[in-house]
Amino acid sequence: MATFKDFRNNVKPNWCPGCGDFSVQAAIQRAAANAGVVPEELAVVSGIGCSGRISGYINSYGLHGIHGRALPIAQGVKMANRELTVIASGGDGDGFAIGMGHTVHAIRRNIDVTYIVMDNQIYGLTKGQTSPRSEMGFKTKSTPAGSIESSLNVMEMALTAGASFVAQSFSSDLKELTSLIEKGIEHKGFSLINVFSPCVTFNKVNTYDWFKENLTSLSTIEDYNPSSRMQAMNTLMEHDGLVTGLIYQDKDKPSYEALVNGFKEEALSTQDINLEKEQFDKLTAEFM
Amino acid sequence: MIKQLSWKVGGQQGEGIESTGEIFSMALNRQGYYLYGYRHFSSRIKGGHTNNKIRVSTFQTNSISDDLDILVAFDQETIDVNHHELSAGGVVIGDSKFGPKLPEGSQAKLFSVPFTEIATELGTSLMKNMVAVGASASLLGLQSDIFKSVVEQIFSKKGEAVVLKNMDAIEAGRKYFEKESAGSVGDFQLEKADGNHRLFMIGNDAIALGALAGGARFMPAYPITPASEIMEYLIKKLPEYGGTVIQTEDEIAACTMAIGANYAGVRSLTASAGPGLSLMMEAIGLSGITETPLVIVDTQRGGPSTGLPTKQEQSDIFAMIYGTHGEIPKVVMAPSSVEEAFYDAVEAFNIAEEYQVPVILITDLALSLGKQTVNPLDFDRVKIRRGKLDINEDLPELDKGTYFKRYEVTEDGVSKRVIPGMKHGLHHVTGVEHNEQGKPSESPENRKAQMDKRMKKLENLVDRFPEPVLKNEQHEEADMLIIGVNSTKGTIEEVLPRLEEDGVKVNHGHIRLLHPFPAEELQSMINKAKKVVVVENNATGQIAQLLKMNTNVEKVESILKYDGNPFLPSEIHHECKELFAYGNL
Repeated sequence: MATFKDFRNNVKPNWCPGCGDFSVQAAIQRAAANAGVVPEELAVVSGIGCSGRISGYINSYGLHGIHGRALPIAQGVKMANRELTVIASGGDGDGFAIGMGHTVHAIRRNIDVTYIVMDNQIYGLTKGQTSPRSEMGFKTKSTPAGSIESSLNVMEMALTAGASFVAQSFSSDLKELTSLIEKGIEHKGFSLINVFSPCVTFNKVNTYDWFKENLTSLSTIEDYNPSSRMQAMNTLMEHDGLVTGLIYQDKDKPSYEALVNGFKEEALSTQDINLEKEQFDKLTAEFM
Repeated sequence: MIKQLSWKVGGQQGEGIESTGEIFSMALNRQGYYLYGYRHFSSRIKGGHTNNKIRVSTFQTNSISDDLDILVAFDQETIDVNHHELSAGGVVIGDSKFGPKLPEGSQAKLFSVPFTEIATELGTSLMKNMVAVGASASLLGLQSDIFKSVVEQIFSKKGEAVVLKNMDAIEAGRKYFEKESAGSVGDFQLEKADGNHRLFMIGNDAIALGALAGGARFMPAYPITPASEIMEYLIKKLPEYGGTVIQTEDEIAACTMAIGANYAGVRSLTASAGPGLSLMMEAIGLSGITETPLVIVDTQRGGPSTGLPTKQEQSDIFAMIYGTHGEIPKVVMAPSSVEEAFYDAVEAFNIAEEYQVPVILITDLALSLGKQTVNPLDFDRVKIRRGKLDINEDLPELDKGTYFKRYEVTEDGVSKRVIPGMKHGLHHVTGVEHNEQGKPSESPENRKAQMDKRMKKLENLVDRFPEPVLKNEQHEEADMLIIGVNSTKGTIEEVLPRLEEDGVKVNHGHIRLLHPFPAEELQSMINKAKKVVVVENNATGQIAQLLKMNTNVEKVESILKYDGNPFLPSEIHHECKELFAYGNL
């Protein structure tokens, strides 16, 4: 059994002191250990941005790709080797702006990948521009008079797109975050975990204190049932998306891998790729 | 008796024109004739003129012919648009239903045959194309029974009765035409073919089959003309071999998903045409800097933007060689026949894994979609080589706090590759410049070491590549060297004897490896020729420019065609004459 320490490497993150991403890193390390994963069977695929660096800060196989494309890369990894635990990660710009097309389709496709978004409602690495998660009126370098586009409610969007696992957390709550990532890893299908991960340098509105004041934990809502899509949607609407916990899970929806015709349980990457002469002759005969 | 003829069927798209050509040519292929087809079609499903031109011969040809012997028309537009191609004594067979008329001055012979009426009498007007096939068979001196096996293959699912009805329609068409034409047409009777069984396929079939034989087990792709047949074939076949195809949301997803799968150890490809390749450019750079093998097929069509989506062009060459920002090692291969497309597809995966680079297999529409007779494919030539990857290897334990040196600087620039799941192989992969362990590094020394390592990998590729230029050098001192790429090979080969007949000593080089550029091979050919002429389907002469950049050539003449259609042999012949007013050679 691996412990969370086995998922630590000696690389010092280049995040600002106080950045929310540190807890996400720790939560992934703990959740992987709790879920019984060993480092060589974990692949962390990340996008571009401050948070995209996370794949380099976890002792596992890691792929830091291109902006907005963590999800298709991660899905390719999973299809190649379904025995791996595959975590995709990145920021809100990566997943909900440039990579939004992939996010919606990864949700629909339901390949067993756990997608963790470090949502700070701003572009950090490019030094403070608006994000699709920024509120109307939010002043940034690219919106000096305040954003005039509405913020995207990604949790509602995920439900609408047919998500089988939707959760949201806050980087201050390491315990809940770890537990949700662990559940996401164990979920057979695509899991989306949006994590409010404050940017202490560029976002002076959505601060740790702001979240503490505005977030509602689903555990405080009486009889909240995460298997009810309708309750999930209503609750998100009532709280303007500012809830934390497991919002929705459909344990019965089969993963993509489970539905692929002829797809074996063993990793595709370990299967013999040489054809037999008889197989080849049969294939060519079809063209005669 | 004749050794070859050219037959064309035309009508409105969605009217069964394609299947008419398919049944006609499949049956002839099974008799041992050689076929070469080119489809003219538009980017719409129903309506608009479409035609399928097929050359039939008792010997191998890889080009459409200059003229046309038989035109089967389902509407007047087919006659109006295509009659100028008809040779003197050519025949038009039109459906009586539309009252076919020859344009004024036409030398062709017109037969009005009640395709629709005969078919309707036999049960359904849908069989009008079968009646047309029968009429054509009569002209060629063929019996209806040669179509039996094809008709059975296509219609057996619908029951024996449907098979028989379609055979009746062919026979009815044949008999009607035999009676009508008795003694009034020239000799269109084909010499008997050798009866050998050969394959009949399009370039895209060959690439898909080559990918499968070459060990590809995963294909994420987005539909596009003229590439979709590759994914459509593999989605049928891959499940039997444990793999699959995913239709992605766009070409960026297709390319990056293929990178993910290759990274995790599965041979994976994607295929597209110009617009899709444009979207993949950033991802190709990721494959380059992360040294992740990747195979992409670019079936060129008319560009730029949506351009001429169903037409022939060879204008992506520069984009494929130079595309992606920054500098990466990349391989661009260019098959010039369906057979080569098969072997190249296999080899693309070997090169991608041995050199850990992106490989682009570039074709053109005529090669990707032209259906032709192919000699049997040699299974013994299919060998899988994975380079410095052994997924069953026991790796030594890593020192605490270190990663596997995935990007170790080595003599040949290629580092040992491991894949996720392998114990003691942990490392990081990133599109950021990185050190030997894959950790980001901006140090100038490291940058130089890693860049040099990557760029060095392909140093020996041209020497190792089997026939980077196909050389047809009949002359030690030639008057002319013709250079081409992709599907123009067969057409140029058709022109060579004509030029020789004119007294011109001509050599032919066909480029099979576009990048790294086989400069030395071409230089030796250039040195043997007084003039160099490049034949290419684009407006700016991209191959000609590559020659000027990479070789010592004094002057390059270009024969260009970019109207959407493939070259006819006569066009190249004519332009050679014009360019080199023969006396001056």
